[in-house]
Amino acid sequence: MQHTTTQDTLVGLFVASGIAGLFFLALHVSNLSSFSDQDGYVITARFENSGGLKVKSPVSAAGVKIGKVTSISFDTKTYESVVQMNIDAKYNTLPDDTTASIFTAGLLGEQYVNLEPGGSEEYLKPNGKIEITQSAIILEKAIGQFLFKSAEEKK
Amino acid sequence: MIQLIQNLGKSTRVSFTKLGRASYFLIQIIFGITSVLVRPRLLLNQLYSVGVLSFLIITISGLFVGMVLGLQGYYTLSDFGAEETLGVMVAASLVRELGPVVSALLFAGRAGSALTAEIGLMKATEQLSGMEMMAVDPVKRIITPRFLAGLISMPLLAGLFSAVGIIGGEMIGSGLLGVDEGAFWSQMQAGIDFYDDIINGVIKSVVFGFIASWIALFEGYDAIPTSEGVSRATTRTVVNSAFSILGLDFILTALMFGDN
Repeated sequence: MQHTTTQDTLVGLFVASGIAGLFFLALHVSNLSSFSDQDGYVITARFENSGGLKVKSPVSAAGVKIGKVTSISFDTKTYESVVQMNIDAKYNTLPDDTTASIFTAGLLGEQYVNLEPGGSEEYLKPNGKIEITQSAIILEKAIGQFLFKSAEEKK
Repeated sequence: MIQLIQNLGKSTRVSFTKLGRASYFLIQIIFGITSVLVRPRLLLNQLYSVGVLSFLIITISGLFVGMVLGLQGYYTLSDFGAEETLGVMVAASLVRELGPVVSALLFAGRAGSALTAEIGLMKATEQLSGMEMMAVDPVKRIITPRFLAGLISMPLLAGLFSAVGIIGGEMIGSGLLGVDEGAFWSQMQAGIDFYDDIINGVIKSVVFGFIASWIALFEGYDAIPTSEGVSRATTRTVVNSAFSILGLDFILTALMFGDN
């Protein structure tokens, strides 16, 4: 029957284009192709102050995104911010004396964790800890200190 | 005063019995699924009339919605010198909200009203009772294939709507207004999460497809079998579907995107 085969073709085309649309969204629009959090390992860093860092903020080394922040919590004993990061599995050669610091992308941009590799021969293991950290720069605090200092000098 | 309370009681009773009939109807539909799977031809015919015939209106509306988003977003964002984030804005608003919601509203208007009118007319011309006389269950034969077709078509149509809309936004944004194309796509990919945004959008569209086809089929099946009754049922389908889709959208959004 001619009629049913054209209908079959049209339904097939419709379903195929719908699935193609969803695939386009998945691969081209979202971050699925660039980074997935299934394969990776977790490292933790303790900061005196993690500023405006958020879950899912990027973790980068030398300007390249290598992972993202998975959780931020407050340690009730040491009064520090505990930041857990998921690093992509292919970047497993970070030295264990890597420095973690919180920077801001641009003047008003989002905050991210920057990892500065050290010179150690040992690599960071999964669930490893970063010992050397540098807190986020709080703009208000910096401005306050600057104003205070200039007022002191005038006296 | 007593009249008022009586009226309130009556309308409560009427709406509850209607809800009860609708739930019973839904259970009947779900039990009919196995018999549809045996006859995929029935489902295919309905996929044609529900899905393929809605294809054109969905893609054209998606294109225009995306283009308008690109245009309006550009004018607002360029005030802050943040034209590069146009991609995220267009994609996030389409994938999270406009794709599922607008395509569901169009679906209710295009396919839902047609379903109600068709089934209401079948009832009015006693085709449904004719089937019962021949020991053919009209729910299994007529209703369930249409329900399944709506359920399958809706996420596909919503995905298509969002995809076409994003392409439309890109056409306007980087083609006409000169936003850098690389920044447009890379900001979009950095800002849209597959699980949080796209999968939640698909879940929304499945829920809307379920609700819209359920309401359309029930209103048709429950219509008063006269020409006036069918016309009222068709109106109710569009109005009730629109209300339920928008109300559910608020609830689903609060549940899905509330915690971050």
